[in-house]
Amino acid sequence: MFEGDFKKLVNMAKKILPTSIYQELEEKVINSEKLTEESKEKILREALRQYVLSLSQPGEPVGVVGAQSIGEPGTQMTLRTFHYAGLMEFDVTLGLPRLIEIVDARREPSTPIMKVYLDEKHKYDKEKAQEIARKLEYTTIGKVLDDFEYFLGDNVVTLKLDPEQMEDKGVTVEKVIEALKRAKLGEIQVDEEDPNTIYITLSERVLPPEYMYHVSAYKDIENKIKKLYLKGVKGIKRAIIQAEEKEVDGKKITEYMIMTEGSNLAEVLRIKGVDHRKVRTNNIHEIASVLGIEAARNAIIEEIKEVLQSSGLDVDIRHVMLIADLMTVTGKIKQIGRLGIAGEKPSVLARAAFEITAKQLFDAAVKGEEERFLGVTETIIAGLVPRVGTGIVLLTSPGITSLGDSGEKQEEEK
Amino acid sequence: MVSRSRKKRLDTRILEHELVPEHRILSLEEAAELLRTLSIKPNQLPRISINDPIVQLLGAKPGDIIEIKRRSPTAGESLYYRIVVVF
Repeated sequence: MFEGDFKKLVNMAKKILPTSIYQELEEKVINSEKLTEESKEKILREALRQYVLSLSQPGEPVGVVGAQSIGEPGTQMTLRTFHYAGLMEFDVTLGLPRLIEIVDARREPSTPIMKVYLDEKHKYDKEKAQEIARKLEYTTIGKVLDDFEYFLGDNVVTLKLDPEQMEDKGVTVEKVIEALKRAKLGEIQVDEEDPNTIYITLSERVLPPEYMYHVSAYKDIENKIKKLYLKGVKGIKRAIIQAEEKEVDGKKITEYMIMTEGSNLAEVLRIKGVDHRKVRTNNIHEIASVLGIEAARNAIIEEIKEVLQSSGLDVDIRHVMLIADLMTVTGKIKQIGRLGIAGEKPSVLARAAFEITAKQLFDAAVKGEEERFLGVTETIIAGLVPRVGTGIVLLTSPGITSLGDSGEKQEEEK
Repeated sequence: MVSRSRKKRLDTRILEHELVPEHRILSLEEAAELLRTLSIKPNQLPRISINDPIVQLLGAKPGDIIEIKRRSPTAGESLYYRIVVVF
């Protein structure tokens, strides 16, 4: 054997094999000092042979295989759990409902959740983590308000703030006053003895004199005040700190991260102290619009993987990757189903076979669609050879030029 | 309203996110070579929107082919191609 031949083989392996397999081979075989050149060559050839053998054949129905591989374990999932309230104080949708949610590409998940990881400066300190959690949580005056008092016919209303809640949320009286000033309700005065009591003399614009004796007018004002923004990120209803113990070099380190109810990826990424490389949300559409379609693909894979794993199912990741690829080919997230992939099949019969049969046929008739019998579903309906597996090869014999023609030709002969 | 400088700072940071693989615009020669080796037409490639945040960052134009270096759990690293379209 010549030196050059082996080099060629290595190059071929590098070109054909996936990176991870090649790297393993390079590390364990090609650069090995124990193996002879001859055995190295044998191993490489065998690796190449096995790889090529394990590739999907042209015409192999990978989609059907994938659907079966996820569908069958899915039947077991239904029986197990719908909602899963464990571990955290959150109610997270898991199991089949969540899986359906992902493949249906819903705009909003039923339980939007974010996992906010913190940067080096903040993740080891509970106080600092708490600080960021406060920054995230969407807080309005309503959350720190203890009591709202008014007297009919009086244009002064009294706000009593809850000092405990204020400390918990990290809100000061100054902040509340600032928010009230921004709303331009009228003159604001703090009680001289109790700093948590605020009087507002409503201006005539807010409370016209003719409404002075209407309870609803005061109620409207109360609701308006309760909705005034104090701090936080819109959409984040709750932020809770989670501690995670890790062992690094034999030392135990506690790391903190924040789980949030509600999701707003774009805004959370802007917050200082948040690890912008790791922030996660379970809202896939949001990922697509903030981080791009490729990130959304990765998110779909991870979400489905997580659902399957949490249900204790072992599904090959390749099936999941196929689904994610299919859902994102067009650059937008498409659901698998009548409004997405299945609904966009070019064939009328294939669409009719899936859901809402009559409507599909009517619509096709109105548009004057043509059935070309190229896909699998429609060929089976018509009793033709489906173009899948060995059927993908069109055997030609004299008189028969293509699959579609064969039926007609035979009839002519009769 | 997000000020311009703030938006810009966010822009480059999203490239570092774990979920975002490396994107690159293929040169004209590379694109032609790719289509030749795969023997396909550009419209047979998977698509990516011109409004995709990563595409906007790269400044790609409709018709450009984007090479994506995916980190794959099965293959280690795999290349994927998308063509920039307007929608």
